[in-house]
Amino acid sequence: MMTLERWIAVIFLMLCVLYGYQAYVVMDAGLPPFMHRNPVWPSTFPKILCVIGALAALAVILFAPKDGTTEEREIDHRRLLTDYNWGQALALIGLLIAFSLAMRPLGFLFTTFAFLVAGGWILGERTLWRLCLVGAATSLGIWYLVQQVLGIFLSPFPLFLA
Amino acid sequence: MLEGLFMGLSTAFSFTNLLMVVGGCLIGTFIGMLPGLGPMSIIAIMIPVAVTIGDPSGALILLAGVYYGAIFGGSTSSILINAPGVASTVATAFDGYPLTRQGKAGKALTVAAIASFSGGTIGAMLLMVFAPMLATVALLFHSAEYFAMMVVGLSAIAAFAGTGQVPKALMMTVAGLMLATVGETALFNLPRFTGGIMDLQSGLAFVTLAMAMFALPEALFLVLDPKRSKSEGSGGKITDLRITRAEAKLIAPVIGRQSIQGFLIGVLPGAGATIASFLGYAVERNLAKGEEQAEFGKGSLKGLAAPEAANNAACTGSFVPLLTLGIPGSGTTAILLGALVALNVTPGPRLMVDEPAVFWSVIISMYVGNLVLLALNLPLIPYIAKVLAVPRTYLIPFILFFTLIGAYIGQNNATELLMLIGLGVIATLLRFANYPLPPLLIGFILGRMLEDNFARSMQIHGGPGFILERPMTMALLAFAVLLVVLPGLRSYRKRRVEAKKAGVADGD
Repeated sequence: MMTLERWIAVIFLMLCVLYGYQAYVVMDAGLPPFMHRNPVWPSTFPKILCVIGALAALAVILFAPKDGTTEEREIDHRRLLTDYNWGQALALIGLLIAFSLAMRPLGFLFTTFAFLVAGGWILGERTLWRLCLVGAATSLGIWYLVQQVLGIFLSPFPLFLA
Repeated sequence: MLEGLFMGLSTAFSFTNLLMVVGGCLIGTFIGMLPGLGPMSIIAIMIPVAVTIGDPSGALILLAGVYYGAIFGGSTSSILINAPGVASTVATAFDGYPLTRQGKAGKALTVAAIASFSGGTIGAMLLMVFAPMLATVALLFHSAEYFAMMVVGLSAIAAFAGTGQVPKALMMTVAGLMLATVGETALFNLPRFTGGIMDLQSGLAFVTLAMAMFALPEALFLVLDPKRSKSEGSGGKITDLRITRAEAKLIAPVIGRQSIQGFLIGVLPGAGATIASFLGYAVERNLAKGEEQAEFGKGSLKGLAAPEAANNAACTGSFVPLLTLGIPGSGTTAILLGALVALNVTPGPRLMVDEPAVFWSVIISMYVGNLVLLALNLPLIPYIAKVLAVPRTYLIPFILFFTLIGAYIGQNNATELLMLIGLGVIATLLRFANYPLPPLLIGFILGRMLEDNFARSMQIHGGPGFILERPMTMALLAFAVLLVVLPGLRSYRKRRVEAKKAGVADGD
């Protein structure tokens, strides 16, 4: 069983190969003729990077300490399924994605309000009126700060109202 | 130097800039107390605000205030609830939290405030003396040396990552450099590695990456492990703020030593406040004798003062390479560098010559910031603890919201937010596998400059010959290789010796 760190190194190694293919083959093929005599090409630096990156990944795969990690770590993936609230974390990630997608079409005020209320709900807060109060106050306050004080445009209302 | 000093004084003491220092310290202290939001995330959140200020000295003063405030705020939560919000205050919790359990929380906070103040102030004095000297030397640097210097900086960051961590840190650095090559560059005018996605043409925004690397994983960990944010312990009232004369005598030499040591460590790229605080703690424990040494870890005032003085001095020290060479020594200064570039200020040896007002006003504002912190914190200590009572059901959605909105304000682009979430999940996985993330961000920030300087020297010298033609470049590059290779060899050999001792057959 390979440790998580080695798996990540393997994935990174594959990424380096892809990156290197792009640099060595694809980018050089598309090089404009007038650049051919330049001492440095757009692909020069990426070429060096992919070699160093692959070497580093290999070093991790070969030389990383062999699971000497019996001691309790601050954050430990081996406790993921037993001790950690991974359900809540996944729900929150979903909420983050929903927030990003809804921001434009639904406007800042509603999205923020909904995000804060739903986020608190996912984490176990059940006093709805307090959640709503905090959510409303924050969304209005931040919108005022960003739009009026800092002068950065944030569309407040849904598209069909604006 | 005096002329610049006066210019800095007049800039720093303008009404708006004083307001920035006070505001920055306040914001930093209060947010820094919340576990999970370190100076890096707070500064990243404040960048859009700072950039809209427009005036570089004002913005930098604000961010420096936030930085100091956050470090102090972090030590508050370490001391009161044993929840270091910031890596550099972990060592503070070793002796701070035992003091709280003995009912000496007030005293502990006072010692921390005074040690931070002294560390920061002594650091600022040293910065004033050393920064101009470093800047003069730095003016001798050409783009070839710059390139080599940055390589040294990046290798140092990887090399100081700790035993067994060097290849991982190196891998993360390269990952950051690779991310920096995404998008168009000024030198070539060709889109690279964008995968045909329009939004990637201008490259990844640095705020997005900073949020994804630090704020988002931290918030997810708070969700995953409720114990990380649970308030326990203290609870009782905070009394007994005074320290006696004997105690003052006890900690004074510690503060003096650690301020200087911390500053010197802070100057080295890659070391930073965390290493300074741990090293400070270790050195003082070794220096202490007999009973005093036994007290370390059980509520020693010396053990509390040492990391506090060291980490604040190191914060100041890390401004030296940032302001004089344009090389950030830590994740936080890397974020500050990003902010500076956004404000159209290029840190480097020319900064003192071209924009002396910016340079000196930052140094002056460090003194002011430290004074403000002391004046602010001593009377506020009893109330400060109350912020920690914010229930996590409100705290975590807020952190997540600020993470996203920080990136959205800067980019006004929903694709950026999705990338932030994706990168944040990757960063969380990397944290699980114990990969250090600051090198990735530093690599990303230095990447563009590194490539520009590399390409420029290649063009000037017509090929990679510049490495051999310029002895300084060659020496620096050789040093960089040594930095990365030596710790690896040493730990490998050590493990082989240990394995032989344990009677394990030599597999490879």
